[in-house]
Amino acid sequence: MPVTHKTLVKSKQGSNAQSQQKPLAAKTAKVVSKKKDEDDGTEIGEGGDEWMHGKTLIKPPDQLDLTEAELKEEFTRILTANNPHAPQNIVRYSFKERSYKPISSVDQLAVHFFLEGNLLHRDSDEARRQKAKQGLPDEKATVVTETEDEKLETPLQAAGGEEAGDVEEGGGEDGAHSVDSKTGKKEQKLTNQFNFSERASQTLNNPLRERGCQTEPPPRASFSATANQWEIYDVYLEEMQKQEKNKEKAKAVPKKEDDKGKKKLTLVETQSDDLTKVAKVAKIIERMVNQNTFDDIAQDFRYFEDASDEFREQEGTLLPLWKFQYDQAKRLSVTALCWNQSYKDLFAVGLGSYDFTKQGRGMLVFYSLKNSTYPEYNYPTTSGILCLDIHPDRPYLVAVGFYDGCVAVYNLKEERPEPVYKSSSKSGKHTDPVWQVRWQKDDMDNHQNFFSVSSDGRVVSWTLVKSELVFTDIIKLSLVGAVSEGPEGVPPPTMACGTSFDFHKQINYLFLVGTEEGKIHKCSKAYSSQFLETYDAHNMAVDAVKWNQFHPKVFISCSSDWTVKIWDHTIRTPVFIFDLNAAVGDVAWSPYSSTVFAAVTADGKVHVFDLGINKYEAICQQPVVAKKKTKLTHIEFNPVYPIIIVGDDRGYVTSLKLSPNLRSKPKWGRKKLDIQFSGIHYYPPSFLFLRKTG
Amino acid sequence: MAEVEETLKRIQTHEGVIGTIVVNAEGIPIRTTLDNSTTVQYAGLLHQLTMKARSTVRDIDPQNDLTFLRIRSKKHEIMVAPDKEYMLIVIQNPSE
Repeated sequence: MPVTHKTLVKSKQGSNAQSQQKPLAAKTAKVVSKKKDEDDGTEIGEGGDEWMHGKTLIKPPDQLDLTEAELKEEFTRILTANNPHAPQNIVRYSFKERSYKPISSVDQLAVHFFLEGNLLHRDSDEARRQKAKQGLPDEKATVVTETEDEKLETPLQAAGGEEAGDVEEGGGEDGAHSVDSKTGKKEQKLTNQFNFSERASQTLNNPLRERGCQTEPPPRASFSATANQWEIYDVYLEEMQKQEKNKEKAKAVPKKEDDKGKKKLTLVETQSDDLTKVAKVAKIIERMVNQNTFDDIAQDFRYFEDASDEFREQEGTLLPLWKFQYDQAKRLSVTALCWNQSYKDLFAVGLGSYDFTKQGRGMLVFYSLKNSTYPEYNYPTTSGILCLDIHPDRPYLVAVGFYDGCVAVYNLKEERPEPVYKSSSKSGKHTDPVWQVRWQKDDMDNHQNFFSVSSDGRVVSWTLVKSELVFTDIIKLSLVGAVSEGPEGVPPPTMACGTSFDFHKQINYLFLVGTEEGKIHKCSKAYSSQFLETYDAHNMAVDAVKWNQFHPKVFISCSSDWTVKIWDHTIRTPVFIFDLNAAVGDVAWSPYSSTVFAAVTADGKVHVFDLGINKYEAICQQPVVAKKKTKLTHIEFNPVYPIIIVGDDRGYVTSLKLSPNLRSKPKWGRKKLDIQFSGIHYYPPSFLFLRKTG
Repeated sequence: MAEVEETLKRIQTHEGVIGTIVVNAEGIPIRTTLDNSTTVQYAGLLHQLTMKARSTVRDIDPQNDLTFLRIRSKKHEIMVAPDKEYMLIVIQNPSE
């Protein structure tokens, strides 16, 4: 414990007092002088003063010389309990006042000595705990000794040997302990802080046995995939489709029966899926193979231009390209040809027979230029086909006229070989062969309709209403100027036989009908009994009559009387007459020029005329088929490509490419050229109209 | 079904065609007119090539897809038409 200054001073004074008992002359002087400076309050000092009077004053040489007044001056000395080493100017930052403030009271405690001891006060917590620990063994020993005395007295009375043994053992142990504790009572056993003593025991070690078990490894398959942009796209598409399906399912309540039925269907499909799905691919491959085989033809079709046309002033040639033939159609003759307006490489061939005695079956065959060896579609028919027409807007609808007078409509989209609609004797079919059919624009109810003309003298309009063909007689061709009376007063036949017709390109209601008598009637849809005009066209049946595609007034007709005639419908006599030395089977205007047309004859030749270049002769006359006996029956220009297809009576269709000279577009200036031919003024037709575009 | 058979037959009997192989989606030949070892070889190699070609086409534009592939060599021409599930390989000697 620190001792206060006062006691120190006191002890110091005490020691001073003691030291005075052994004075030396100099020391006494010092002491005396000190005492003079000291406090008067001290008794010991005064005592010393009295004792010191007997001696003389000896001044040390360096003593201050002070005056009496100065010597008597009293100096106060204050003893405080302040720690001289404690700082007096501690400054702390005050957050309240946000400035540094000096601390008023500073701790004045000075520690002089510090020693850690291991003595505990007996009433403190720690001491009590230790007592408690020591107290237990003491108490135990006392208890056990008591029990030991009891048990030793009654060893035989113990019930079970084990129990006794255990008790004895326990007693023995405790006995040892108690002996210790006995001795320890007097001398307390020295234990460490944790009361630790090593006690070891060993249990029985069980024998180790190794047991293993192995399962079958899970089946593993290595998986690798790439995450390309298109794979991600595919997955997204599938997800979308699934979602759409789910939406549909949510909307439509599914019937269980339907589901079962569908399941059955799907099962069957998977079993026989082997080759049906290869169909599309097989088609592509077939076309590729054909392209390879007929590679040169394909190249010619595309790129060949006859260079020799430059040297031939006005003549042109026809380059033979593909030849289309179908095995099953060998004995039939081509009776109709039609290009498809939407798919420019697809054309339809109607097969039948013109021979009255050889009537049998027929066929409707579709070919594509991409595959010349096998048709795209083919439909066998019971009766020979005489005419066909493909709908201009709906390229899958085909109207067909038969030799037996029926008309039918085929839908190419459907798989079945029968027509979608067919007229029957109930529904007004013709009683004679149907020579021409033509699609018309949809009527007001958006039903498709077409016209047909037949030898029974009727021009009939057929409308496709739902699943039926509804017919309307448009006009009945009556014989104009029938004078001759039949034998025995039989009334003369009043009906003419129509053999061809054509509708005006621009004027919808106007059409022409050619008859077997060689007359051409100009008719209107509005008038059902009267003709607008009649032309004495030919001596034999009119095989074809066609309006010019550009000029609104001009039409052409051909007949088996070897002639081709060009008419202006306002003039009753033909404008041009061409004699071709053989029966003319068909004639067609070109789609690219208003002055070019082609005709086919029974001697196997194709005649191409261009009225802009040569008004009297053909610019091309070319035999197209090998055998001279083959008659050419039909000709059609392709709407886009510079090729023509020609059908003959052996069932072959030949395609030919027109050389550049035949394809010249008319170049007329703004001059009107009057040409006199048979006393008729003729205006070049192309002058008035621009080219048909699109 | 019969139509497809007929088409395949026609291709096979077409002028210059050496052989045809129908391969399924995994590259295993289903139908062939050539001998086994050649078939397996053609099928394996062309399958990989077709997959690569198709991947290329679709990577450029995912909405596009490969229609057919033609490899012309000195001796003959190999034509491959892939489909979702099947692939048709035809080896032809072009008329040149």
